[in-house]
Amino acid sequence: MELVCPAGNLPSLKAAVDNGADAVYLGFRDDTNARHFAGLNFGDKQIRDGLKYARDRKVKVFVAINTYAQPSGWTRWTGAVDRAADLGVDALILADMGVLDYAAERHPHLNLHLSVQGSATNPAAIGFMHRHFGIRRVVVPRVLSITQVANLIEQVDVPVEIFGFGSLCVMVEGRCLLSSYASGQSPNTFGACSPAAHVEWRETPQGQETRLGGVLIERRGHGEPAGYPTLCKGRYLVNGTIRHAIEEPTSLNTLDILPDILAAGVAAIKLEGRQRSTRYVSQVTRVWRDAIDACQRNPQAFRAKESWHQTLAQVSEGAQTTLGPYHRPWH
Amino acid sequence: MHRESPRPRLSLGPILYHWPREQVLEFYAEMLEAPLDVIYLGETVCSKRRLLRPEDYWELAERVVAAGKEAVISTLALIESDGELKTLRRICADERFLVEANDLAALDFLEGRPFVAGHAINLYNQRTLAFLAARGLRRWVMPVELGRDTAADLLRSRPHGVECELFAFGRLPLAYSARCFTAYNRDRQKDDCQFCCGDDPDGLLVATQDGDPFLALNGIQTQSAGTHNLLPALDEVARLGVDLLRISPQSHHTREIVETFSHCLQGELDVETGLARLKEWAPDGLCDGYWSGQAGIAVAGADASRPSGFAAASVRTN
Repeated sequence: MELVCPAGNLPSLKAAVDNGADAVYLGFRDDTNARHFAGLNFGDKQIRDGLKYARDRKVKVFVAINTYAQPSGWTRWTGAVDRAADLGVDALILADMGVLDYAAERHPHLNLHLSVQGSATNPAAIGFMHRHFGIRRVVVPRVLSITQVANLIEQVDVPVEIFGFGSLCVMVEGRCLLSSYASGQSPNTFGACSPAAHVEWRETPQGQETRLGGVLIERRGHGEPAGYPTLCKGRYLVNGTIRHAIEEPTSLNTLDILPDILAAGVAAIKLEGRQRSTRYVSQVTRVWRDAIDACQRNPQAFRAKESWHQTLAQVSEGAQTTLGPYHRPWH
Repeated sequence: MHRESPRPRLSLGPILYHWPREQVLEFYAEMLEAPLDVIYLGETVCSKRRLLRPEDYWELAERVVAAGKEAVISTLALIESDGELKTLRRICADERFLVEANDLAALDFLEGRPFVAGHAINLYNQRTLAFLAARGLRRWVMPVELGRDTAADLLRSRPHGVECELFAFGRLPLAYSARCFTAYNRDRQKDDCQFCCGDDPDGLLVATQDGDPFLALNGIQTQSAGTHNLLPALDEVARLGVDLLRISPQSHHTREIVETFSHCLQGELDVETGLARLKEWAPDGLCDGYWSGQAGIAVAGADASRPSGFAAASVRTN
């Protein structure tokens, strides 16, 4: 089982490699990837340096081009595919059928992975993408329970990658437009959810307010910790009560079900967090490397160490974690 | 060569909510009489809702056809379980009616015969359009976050014989999840939902802490609280060559909404008057920002102040 780690910049890439990643994933500095944040991502020189650093240590490099191209920006996406192909990266992580079609035709020998943003949650969907674009891996959206993941793996010929840790998208990835409803920009069109330029923080007598595109997405008491300004984790008025209407600020953490993940035949575990610090990447990569090694040595005896949980909780949103959709009661 | 642009036809989207069976049947009896050209039928949100089975929808579809309209069978937007996949396969295997795909799985089953790609299929560019057209796509509903610029670009490059439909009126379907949010807000799990989504015939309102309507929860689907409305852009969508405008059913006034669109399209009613009526009937106000490339929640005043009068619209074709 491969450990796939986030790299928002060259120092994070090196941190992931040094701490036991089998592969790192990264994006270019534009809206062709789903972490299109200011100051993040790679130019060609950084990728070349990163590729060399990773290759010298037998670690793979994947490039995410996993947003949706519109006609006016089409050549930016095809250009990104060509650049990644020229750089000789190990795989492209794509979501858009048009971009997949282009990549499969233009670069038939390139490894294509279907991004989580591609929204393939069942054998027929994966079969369709495999038949037409020859995808060699699928990253499944965070909607399936671990039992459903195991069942899916039995039915498909394509290796399955799942998210193991990090910020939790509550909605099916690639099919969530909440961000553009409030701000005009979504992960699909812009490569960011709740983009920073549209977020406002305000101190008011009632409390600290967070607004996205002018919409009040959270108001918390003075001194309450501020979460990420994603609108699905805010508190709203529902039937006269103020509550988390969609999800609480929490991160996904599947450490406790690692033996089940291994037994299900999952090909790779992805850690979320290209937008996070180098320190985050070092810490979570190290914990997951140690955990996977321990689990593979002796799955029956595997118990997640308390120190691992502590480390992960410290870097988690809202300092709490959940098994999320992998655990049926979450649904 | 100049010619007058053909008027877009009107379609009725699938019912997105969990209404009692009797209400559904009465609703369609009324819609058969309404000035609609196409009616989409089927459960698209939650596989647990089974008050109507595929057989019921097929029977309704026969009646739609008998009433001189086109019937399209619409399908589930998120396929997770083997059971859902099996039902989808069964629906797609029936070739009497056109089928609308809302998950990639449906594309797999429908490939090679005519089909519709619903707005939950991510068709964002000309290459995806051409790719799907080569596999049988006859019509696509634009993803709801895309606006006029992308619509214009896609319409310019569309393959011969492929129609374009816009989500023109209704609470916008914005997201899908494994979680049932209606049940979640009653502190229940999906497996013990007790079909509580049936209590909210137009979705459960989520307002900001200031009380401003923001979203509407409909089971695993999250919608906008605001009702997206393209009536102010009628001239423009006609000029672009959009073929169909979709009205999404709501629990009240749907027939009047359809008639308002129809009268404006026929030039029998001016858009300002139509707009004033629609405002009365939307549960929590109108919005249309997506069309002009803004936030979906925005009300783009520019559109409302554009010169109206459908009859004046003309289009240049090559």
